[in-house]
Amino acid sequence: MTIYYSEDHEWINVEAGVGTVGISEYAQNALGDIVFVEVPEVGDDYAKGDEVAVVESVKAASEIYSPVTGEITAINEALEENAALVNSSPNGDGWFFKIKISDENELEGLMDADGYKKFIAGLE
Amino acid sequence: MLNNQGRPTGVDGAKNVGSATGFATYTGSRGLSQVEGLIYEIGDVKRTGVDFPEVEDFESCLGGMERKEEIGLVGLSEPETMRHYTRLSRKNYAIDLGLYPLGSCTMKHNPRINEKVARIPGLSDVHPLQPISTTQGALDLIDTLAHWLKTLTGMPAVAMSPKAGAHGELCGLMAIRAALEAKGDARSIVLAPESAHGTNPATAALCGYKVKPIPATADGRVDLAAMKEALGPDVAAIMVTNPNTCGLFEREIIEIADAVHAIGGYFYCDGANFNAIVGKVRPGDLGVDAMHINLHKTFSTPHGGGGPGAGPVVLSEALAPYAPIPYVLAGEESFELVEHDVVGGKSFGRMTAFHGQMGMCIRALAYMMSHGADGLAKIAEDSVLNANYVLASLKDVMSASYDGPCMHEALFDDRFLKDTGVSTLDFSKAMIDEGYHPMTMYFPLVVHGAMLIEPTESESKGSVDQFIGMMRHLVKAAKEGETERFLGAPYNAPLKRLDETAAARNPILRWRKTEEE
Repeated sequence: MTIYYSEDHEWINVEAGVGTVGISEYAQNALGDIVFVEVPEVGDDYAKGDEVAVVESVKAASEIYSPVTGEITAINEALEENAALVNSSPNGDGWFFKIKISDENELEGLMDADGYKKFIAGLE
Repeated sequence: MLNNQGRPTGVDGAKNVGSATGFATYTGSRGLSQVEGLIYEIGDVKRTGVDFPEVEDFESCLGGMERKEEIGLVGLSEPETMRHYTRLSRKNYAIDLGLYPLGSCTMKHNPRINEKVARIPGLSDVHPLQPISTTQGALDLIDTLAHWLKTLTGMPAVAMSPKAGAHGELCGLMAIRAALEAKGDARSIVLAPESAHGTNPATAALCGYKVKPIPATADGRVDLAAMKEALGPDVAAIMVTNPNTCGLFEREIIEIADAVHAIGGYFYCDGANFNAIVGKVRPGDLGVDAMHINLHKTFSTPHGGGGPGAGPVVLSEALAPYAPIPYVLAGEESFELVEHDVVGGKSFGRMTAFHGQMGMCIRALAYMMSHGADGLAKIAEDSVLNANYVLASLKDVMSASYDGPCMHEALFDDRFLKDTGVSTLDFSKAMIDEGYHPMTMYFPLVVHGAMLIEPTESESKGSVDQFIGMMRHLVKAAKEGETERFLGAPYNAPLKRLDETAAARNPILRWRKTEEE
């Protein structure tokens, strides 16, 4: 089990070829109170970098990009009722979807936790 | 007291009104600051405001179709109704009350000559279904306005029917789509810069296109290299706002247009910020294929809760054949309204039942003719001057996002609030206590905690000076640690800080009767 981060502030937690995707603590903090999340449908295919979900906060609506290519295998249905989970638990209960990864080599373009920490420090 | 929607309103709730000085009043009102509940709270379904005589021997001819259940509307007399809406209107902020610095919205003064002209009975009472022979004046007016719009933009054609900016965008993209499909060249991608108005990607998506965002450069403009890299045979169009939403002129606009034309795509220009360049720059000279013009921004017709908009779209030679119906055709003797495309015509169809937002066309033309061509150019100059005066007067205490002068709006970010505990939102709320409508905040998205200020040319130096003084005063308060005044703001508004998160997460969209009633 390894967690990778993208420059668009998504995280992907990979376990046996399936990645669980969410947004980082930094991202939820920057977005502010999240009021709505639109997740993809199970069975849909996305390429790396495709717009796969939308989060709407009191400040703005933002796109979530797929960090890898693959097929959606599960979505977090709890977010439909309670989008606040993304604020309260961005790395846990606030996950967005699970994706079956087509090509694990794509993960090499992402950052590990330390790399991401340095990346956001550079944004301050 | 909370009302049955859980909202602090009604008589007791409004004791928040005004300053903390003085005694509690019986009504909750404080002098001219009167409290007002919802119309359902002050009225009663069991009452009626109008007395009709009882009708004897009444027989319905509706054949059993008449409504039998109450529809639950409250009964109010005419004075009660007048008071309700007048009281509500006095809690509102409007351009007729003060400077309205909402960036990208061009909240300028609507001159009263516009209103006088719009109320001439021959114009105000005209109906779109009248015989054409009796509406020649109205058609002449639309045709004259079209001439002004084409002349000011240097474009050969204009579609007058779109009813707002986003409707105009839709018109432009539908014309682009029709032009491409006529060539058998259906494409799937529309490019839009990251700083674009939200309506741009929404319009492209509504037209069935996939939107590809183009990043901005460090100086707040379209990244030309990244844009060129994104171009390809599948790109239908690029949508660029100029001046852009950072209040900056896209210097490489002609190169952008040339590059998109070279791959067979079209250039849609979002004309929302035309006020900054009207009479100075003709979009037709920049290679624009389609651009909407917000009559309600650049040409002063009331908007933003104050009235409807209008978004005519100027079109290039390449797109003109695809313009929507209906349109006005000036004949030798009279004007015609073309309701049906000619056989084999290329018009993409109809967007509106009639020919557009007539009341706005009248006001816009009155504004143009009362200012003249030279006056319109002066408007662009003064709007840019006022914005630069704001920028120059505030950049020593606030953080300007980009170096150098701006166009019609000044963009700041929230770096100056770092470590104060005050956010852009809090700062904006404190402006309400100072009697101002806040500027546009958190937009554009390309800078952190954005504050976008557009004073427009309507303001005198004295008015802008007072605004600047107020802003400097608030910045000083934030930096000196007076956080309380920001975090709880507004204190002086009819209602205090609203819970915007709860309002978005659990919106209560309609009033419902409670059980006990």
